[in-house]
Amino acid sequence: MDFGFLTQPAFSGGGTYLDWVFSGIKWTLLVSLCAWVIAFTLGSVLGVMRTTRVWWLNLPATAYVELFRNIPLLVQMFIWYFVVPEIVPKALGTWMKQGMPMPEFWSAVLALGFYTASRVAEQVRSGIQSIPRGQTHAALATGLTMPQVYRHLLLPMGYRIVIPPLTSEFLTIFKNSSVALTIGVLELTAQARTISEYTFRTFEIFTLATVVYVVITMAVVVLMQLLERRVRVPGYIGTGK
Amino acid sequence: MAMIEFKNISKWYGSFQVLKDCTTQVEKGEVIVVCGPSGSGKSTLIKCVNGLEPFQSGSLIVNGQSVGDKTTNLPQLRAKIGMVFQNFELFPHMNVTANLNLAQVKVLGRGVEEATEKSRALLTRVGLIDHAQKFPGQLSGGQQQRVAIARALAMDPIAMLFDEPTSALDPEMINEVLDVMVELAQEGMTMMCVTHEMGFARKVAHRVIFMDRGEIVEDAGKDDFFGTPRSERAQQFLSKILHH
Ligand SMILES: Nc1ncnc2c1ncn2[C@@H]1O[C@H](COP(=O)(O)OP(=O)(O)OP(=O)(O)O)[C@@H](O)[C@H]1O
Ligand SMILES: [Mg+2]
Repeated sequence: MDFGFLTQPAFSGGGTYLDWVFSGIKWTLLVSLCAWVIAFTLGSVLGVMRTTRVWWLNLPATAYVELFRNIPLLVQMFIWYFVVPEIVPKALGTWMKQGMPMPEFWSAVLALGFYTASRVAEQVRSGIQSIPRGQTHAALATGLTMPQVYRHLLLPMGYRIVIPPLTSEFLTIFKNSSVALTIGVLELTAQARTISEYTFRTFEIFTLATVVYVVITMAVVVLMQLLERRVRVPGYIGTGK
Repeated sequence: MAMIEFKNISKWYGSFQVLKDCTTQVEKGEVIVVCGPSGSGKSTLIKCVNGLEPFQSGSLIVNGQSVGDKTTNLPQLRAKIGMVFQNFELFPHMNVTANLNLAQVKVLGRGVEEATEKSRALLTRVGLIDHAQKFPGQLSGGQQQRVAIARALAMDPIAMLFDEPTSALDPEMINEVLDVMVELAQEGMTMMCVTHEMGFARKVAHRVIFMDRGEIVEDAGKDDFFGTPRSERAQQFLSKILHH
């Protein structure tokens, strides 16, 4: 393997191929992190809605989860990029196609965010539902209202319980961000493919891309473990030690 | 007027009737022990008092308020009625002091300092002031249950409900919890206790209620319950729990 080509001037754009790699990493991180913000906030809200017994909260959340979880991510990516601008009000659609900066980036973020939200919602729901009913009873018995019970008991405990599965959703979002190349986002995988087309160093460049994904994965795992340790409940069996 | 007044309370789970026409009352300052075989509806009955379990027919008046009434502010009513559970149900992610402070601050609107002062006084009372900073998972069952009692008392309740507070405890820890309960009873707290601790009943109860299959089969003064003849089902039950 010879990685010397990375420092050579790239075919276009004035930089080196290494600059292309870094640009790819930047977009991979941007797409993933922006999508995660959507996935985590929307997913949490939906997950909580699914645990309530209020039908007009529960029903729409259930419908959302079933819909977004069961349509392939690739299809959702195409829908956000190609279909949504055609079906929204005309002025907005025109803006999305011509005025909006980086339409492929935002489409990718929305597609990945809304898709992953359905998965986060299921994790949050199962976390909250794994808390024994007696806990809720005890909290209500002290006079707390149901929203207060969520705020002070169900959410803090529920999130702790689902840190491991949420970590894996967070990891998946980095992997899934590569689907964004299909609508033209020049993230890491797309850049690797382009570089291999120009340099024929297919083996080297995809090895490098793999290493970068592994490093990102490990960084996420370490971060989440730090978080898990930070919020660990002393003496509580449910969250590990 | 009684502090807690059940009138013909019935409750169904689907077609299964858990409570059958239950009528009884708890006067201010009275200590009532509720016993009966597993599945007879004791927990369900006691949880009706603070609206944790809804019921379908009958009326239940607590401190002058109708629990089943949709206009009753349940959180406000519950804040005045302490409840202790079989499995302690402390909040695992909060230390002991925070467990005691939470509802004082969020429900009663006490300042954190005032709440902490109250909490510390109660922890001293139940003998756990040295554990104020520990988490529930770091305490023994008996200690956790005493914290749970202190948590309920922190709200200055007008009555206390106990649902088998010693059933989940190792035998050697039962007394430390019963001692706290006896003391409470002797101070005149209104108490409704689901328990099979007949020693406790003998010592402090005013009345004993025996339930079977959702019905209140016996509702008698303590001396009558333990003395003169009573229903056969109650006798069988008593002989079972007293002789083993
Ligand atoms: N959510 C529910 N759905 C259907 N049946 C229920 C439900 N909760 C309780 N039951 C039934 O209601 C009956 C009374 O239950 P309850 O918990 O009040 O009994 P208990 O006297 O407290 O028993 P134990 O001594 O075991 O605690 C039981 O037969 C139980 O199976
Ligand atoms: Mg019970």
